[in-house]
Amino acid sequence: MSKYTEDDLREELKTKEYEYGFYTDIESETFPNGLNEDIVRAISKKKEEPEWMTEWRLEAFKVWKEMTEPEWANVQYEKPDFQAISYYSAPNSKPKYDSIDEVDPELLATFEKLGISLDEQKKLAGVAMDVVVDSVSVATTFKKTLAEKGIIFMSISEAIQEYPELVKKYIGTVVPQKDNFYAALNSAVFSDGSFCYIPKGVRCPMELSTYFRINQAGTGQFERTLVIADQGSYVSYLEGCTAPSRDENQLHAAVVELIALDDAEIKYSTVQNWYPGNAEGKGGVFNFVTKRGLCEKNAKISWTQVETGSAVTWKYPSCVLKGDNSVGEFYSIAVTNNYQQADTGTKMIHLGKNTKSTIISKGISAGKSQNSYRGLVQISSRADNARNFSQCDSLLMGNECGAHTFPYIEAKNKSAQIEHEATTSKIGEDQIFYCNQRGIDTEKAIALIVNGFSKEVLNKLPMEFAVEAQKLLEISLEGSVG
Amino acid sequence: MELKEKLVSSFMAFENMVDIDSPIHDIRTEAIKNFETEGFPSKRQEAWKYTSLNSVLKHDYSVFPKHEKALEYSDVKRYFIHEIDTYKIVFIDGKYSSHLSQTTHDGIDVCLMSAALSKPKYRLIIENYFNKIAPKDGLSSLNTAFSAEGAYIHIPKNKLVTKPIQIVHFSTGNEAALMVQPRNLVVVDENSHVQIIERHQSLTDNPVLTNSVTEIFANKRAIVDYYKIQNDRESASLIDNTFINQKQESIAKVHTFSFGGKLTRNNLNFYQNGERLDSTMKGITIIGNKQHVDHNTLVHHIEPNCESHQDYKGIFNDSATGVFNGKVIVEKDAQKTNAFQANNNILISDKASINTKPQLEIFADDVKCSHGCTIGQLDESAMFYLRSRGIPEKEARALLMFAFSNNVLGSVKIPEIKSRITKIIASKLGVNIGFDL
Repeated sequence: MSKYTEDDLREELKTKEYEYGFYTDIESETFPNGLNEDIVRAISKKKEEPEWMTEWRLEAFKVWKEMTEPEWANVQYEKPDFQAISYYSAPNSKPKYDSIDEVDPELLATFEKLGISLDEQKKLAGVAMDVVVDSVSVATTFKKTLAEKGIIFMSISEAIQEYPELVKKYIGTVVPQKDNFYAALNSAVFSDGSFCYIPKGVRCPMELSTYFRINQAGTGQFERTLVIADQGSYVSYLEGCTAPSRDENQLHAAVVELIALDDAEIKYSTVQNWYPGNAEGKGGVFNFVTKRGLCEKNAKISWTQVETGSAVTWKYPSCVLKGDNSVGEFYSIAVTNNYQQADTGTKMIHLGKNTKSTIISKGISAGKSQNSYRGLVQISSRADNARNFSQCDSLLMGNECGAHTFPYIEAKNKSAQIEHEATTSKIGEDQIFYCNQRGIDTEKAIALIVNGFSKEVLNKLPMEFAVEAQKLLEISLEGSVG
Repeated sequence: MELKEKLVSSFMAFENMVDIDSPIHDIRTEAIKNFETEGFPSKRQEAWKYTSLNSVLKHDYSVFPKHEKALEYSDVKRYFIHEIDTYKIVFIDGKYSSHLSQTTHDGIDVCLMSAALSKPKYRLIIENYFNKIAPKDGLSSLNTAFSAEGAYIHIPKNKLVTKPIQIVHFSTGNEAALMVQPRNLVVVDENSHVQIIERHQSLTDNPVLTNSVTEIFANKRAIVDYYKIQNDRESASLIDNTFINQKQESIAKVHTFSFGGKLTRNNLNFYQNGERLDSTMKGITIIGNKQHVDHNTLVHHIEPNCESHQDYKGIFNDSATGVFNGKVIVEKDAQKTNAFQANNNILISDKASINTKPQLEIFADDVKCSHGCTIGQLDESAMFYLRSRGIPEKEARALLMFAFSNNVLGSVKIPEIKSRITKIIASKLGVNIGFDL
């Protein structure tokens, strides 16, 4: 990668056709609202999927019809009308703006604070991109490096075409179609997503990121990700980005499946900063995500998430520790402000012997928001010497918000060792005073304290992400202190 | 016939036995309607996720025992804390036993619910307090509908009750299967202090189901110290619903010792309706075989500057299952709340299991709330230490387990209870040593 310079890129682009044209002809294609069998078939057909995939979707749809929306989460929202949504809209690649001057200045100011380069800013805001820095081309070089190692990294629709046997073997094995209401919906109508396969014994040389994804164009609201790490391999996967996404879709129901075969390790990091609605709680994205990983022998899955966006978040990245000696980790920061509601946490299902799991969850609530941790630690009767440590800390800012903890701990084995602790506190006036004394204004002081509070989790993020995430926390809590 | 239908239809028979013109009866009729719609809780309800009543509800319980049986004090003496002088309210198969009881009206009222419900001199208290904090869920409603008998304790202002009060329920096995629904009311007025000990005891192996509701009102600066000793036979099941309403600066403590019974469910709810008050709930659970104990606690912090302390220890052997579901709610106005919750468990057998769910719901920012919960084993190095000093394995194990549950005993104010519980723990752990070395 280091050898690849801008000159190379320019050279490459000269000889290459500008790819934009390819997209424009499908640009306005949108299906009618509503969901029925025909729509599911049509989505499948549109993507030229094989017969088994269509059947798989239809099966999911049948189950979904029988299901009702879950109501147990500690969130309140107006339920989306599932018949008023269009389930297929082709990626809208037409630039929204012709120049960056037309973009909402508030959005630009946020970019500025996050330290995002001008070109990235343009891309994120939907400004027409200068061809030289088009990340699509950068991605091509990535693809080359990956291909050398035998790593498959592409959109899931492509994977269904090119590696049907892999997809068929693993899709739905960790999150079955009938797992829950939103997973079933996703299984029926998923538009696109990413697929990643790391061959035996390969250590993926770079952080795979959807941010620089080969097929970048709109993954849509029903994203499906499947990551398979074959025996002894390692991959670190990044999802989302710190920049605020002004997504028009209100409902997001993604499914992420991770499979770590024997001795493999997957590190999955997420930064989510979707539109949280305005200060009065109007609008905002509903984020109902099912994420789960399966660990075979000696495998390890580590989830790290920074959740600052969305009006309603409903998300429980989980680990099924099936193999002996497997390890599951969950590190989370969830920040809610204004009228945001987050109900997030994890499930650690210990099935194998000597399995270990760690849960560190930091919740920060400000404004009129509600922030809940909901977690399950389950030790099956065969999981000898299972070990779990959970820590859930909440920070409250102001007295109109709420912080809630709902840990479920189920132990069926006498050799299990489980510790759970939770605390709730606020930022002490003495801490603020200390900072003020030293010339740090209150807002900065709070950012400092919040950063310290969430450090354990921030440290787990890949470096580039960690820096941005830190700033993101600052921005998310801006104006929350009176 | 299903138990639910049986109960609903026997309500008519019940109406023949009580004064249906009293205002209490309106409460009863409303409650039976409530029970008809709510029914018994199922595992689908969040609060009953880990406890199924099916095995308990399948018996054909007789609701109104026909025969009466007298018991001799000498036969049942051991079920009382007999070492000290106490007031006693004793029931045999749900019926009051004046022979075994020792009640009083001397300055304080320690008597019967049936008397309190019918006599005009208690009307004011009944009107102000009866069924005021019991919720409208199926089980409480069922108890309310059939509420006729139980303990009635009223301590007026500025009284220090010198003798503890024992409430003991015996079931004699006169019926093939018996269901009893005691209803207790405890009102402790300003500055008064009372200690109460409650026990349910079955004397045979015939199945017994007790669905008990106790409402406790601790008014300003009152101190209520309540001990529940649950060491029943494995044919008896208990659903104990206790609701405590506290006023400012009052102190309420409930200790629950669960060593017996087939299925025991303790619903313990504290409502803090005043400032600067203190709620404590502690428990030791040591069970084996197929026993099941479920502690479901709620502390509702409504006003500022209050404290709550929870400490539950559990030791589970054989195929026993334990549940701890503790909920702490801190309302927006309840600033400066200190709420602590701890639940520690040891599983001794591979078939035993524990489900615990310590919940916090916090809406105020200036609070100190924490909960901790552990599941683990005895410390091997501590075991080694004791063994290397010549203490046999069984005794060493018992000593460690006793030490594990000892914090709970520390706050027991009646020494006789402490030594009684210590003895029960020793027998539960199968050793013959006194722990008060």
